[in-house]
Amino acid sequence: MYVAVKGGEKAIRNAHKLTAKRRRGDTSVPALTLEQIAEQLSHAVARVMGEGSLYDETLAALAIKQSRGDLIEAAFLMRAYRTTLPRFGYSQPVDTAKMLVERRISATYKDLPGGQLLGPTFDYSHRLLDFALAAEGEGGDLDAETAPVEDEPMPRVTDLLGDEGLIEPDPAADENAPVGDLTRDPLSFPADRDLRLQNLARGDEGFLLALAYSTQRGYGRTHPFAGEIRYGEVEVEFFAEELGFAVTLGTIKVTECQMINQFSGSAKAPPAFTRGYGLVFGQVERKAMSMAMVDRSLRWEELGEEQVAPAQDGEFVLSHSDNIQATGFVEHLKLPHYVDFQAELDLVRRMRGEWFEKRAREEAETTAKEAAE
Amino acid sequence: MIETTPSSTIAGDQAARQKNLAILAQAPAEILDQKFNNLTPPHYELVRQPETGLVMVRGRMGGTGSPFNLGEVTVTRCVVRLDSGETGSAYALGRDKTKALQSAVIDALWQRGEMRAEIEADILRPLSNSQTERKATVREETEATRVNFFTMVRGDN
Repeated sequence: MYVAVKGGEKAIRNAHKLTAKRRRGDTSVPALTLEQIAEQLSHAVARVMGEGSLYDETLAALAIKQSRGDLIEAAFLMRAYRTTLPRFGYSQPVDTAKMLVERRISATYKDLPGGQLLGPTFDYSHRLLDFALAAEGEGGDLDAETAPVEDEPMPRVTDLLGDEGLIEPDPAADENAPVGDLTRDPLSFPADRDLRLQNLARGDEGFLLALAYSTQRGYGRTHPFAGEIRYGEVEVEFFAEELGFAVTLGTIKVTECQMINQFSGSAKAPPAFTRGYGLVFGQVERKAMSMAMVDRSLRWEELGEEQVAPAQDGEFVLSHSDNIQATGFVEHLKLPHYVDFQAELDLVRRMRGEWFEKRAREEAETTAKEAAE
Repeated sequence: MIETTPSSTIAGDQAARQKNLAILAQAPAEILDQKFNNLTPPHYELVRQPETGLVMVRGRMGGTGSPFNLGEVTVTRCVVRLDSGETGSAYALGRDKTKALQSAVIDALWQRGEMRAEIEADILRPLSNSQTERKATVREETEATRVNFFTMVRGDN
């Protein structure tokens, strides 16, 4: 007989109250403002916007504050919030060539047109803790240097190689072809590259990083070069039906990564570099690079390669990249499973009973046999 | 920069409006609020209440290829009609409904010929100038981080 039980309302209520108290911590320390989080923890905000798949800095700051800095929990809050809003439609594809670039580097061309602009980066730092930041005050000189700007176009590095035919071109854009949307239809396999890129763009940074690393270590060789990484603001345009023209909604910050990988070639096409593409909200270079490497390894079939490694397995990668889904399934184990467990308990008791019975029978048989001899 | 005059063509008007809406969308809410409150309070009705929703942002595979869905942004929009008949619209990233309403009214007032010069001089041009300035600062700061490579000369000994 199944008996429904309920209980714990008061315990839950009090646990949530306690969480609020612990979240606030020592009240003699000033509370964090959303502006402080948005301005000073911008990488955390970017990660939450990317994995929550919703670009809104203030909301992400609120989610980080509410989750006490648990960034997966914060991304979860963003995903839950977005379900409360109507969908106005789809933007025009952003044009990263027109980006207001804050950082642009290439590991393949020293002297590429537009140059190498380091921008704000942790690269080349010695990773020594800066105790000036721990002391009161701002910690050092906050005036960035400036230099007069020469207006020089900044072509994507893949366009440069493309001019010589040394690199595969972007897949021809069919503007009328339907574009898969994971927020409308659940993922099914095999997934086309549009769905794969959407999945990776909101995938877990740690998971993608580990997969990308695995391809470097020999589990599905892609031999990548960081052709170009650029970070900055792009305009988002939206076609407004009632106006009959596209309006600029504002700008968002994105990181774009073009990975250049080893060759493909066939009887029909000469050998050329292949590519992987990464595009993510905010300055999240590690993820943009990982995304580009995983995008490339998932293209094994199209490029006539052998499937030998986890990072090439679309179903494996795309089914496990979403940390909201993953955390839901792992963490649901904390919820009561009393009835499930009771059933298993009965089962294991019965199995043990049978096991002991069988052993006793075997022992008795052996004893009888020995006595007979 | 706003170069449109009341005598411009309809196509020119549309291009100018597009620019205006872009300027308003990117305006800081507090500054827009100040400027809006300096105007003679206009009479208008709401055609579409300020409303917050989502727009799915698209990127292109490899930068120039087929589109894919990158992730969503919050957007707030609004449509108003002045008592003189002009309809104004606003679309901007974020969830600020006051800003959307004020932007839509400003868009409508700009279309009313006699207000155009004032709207441009007092609101659009200053906003546009500070946006241009901000972008110039970003460019100049980034420029200072440009790498200049030089070739090492190998010693004789």
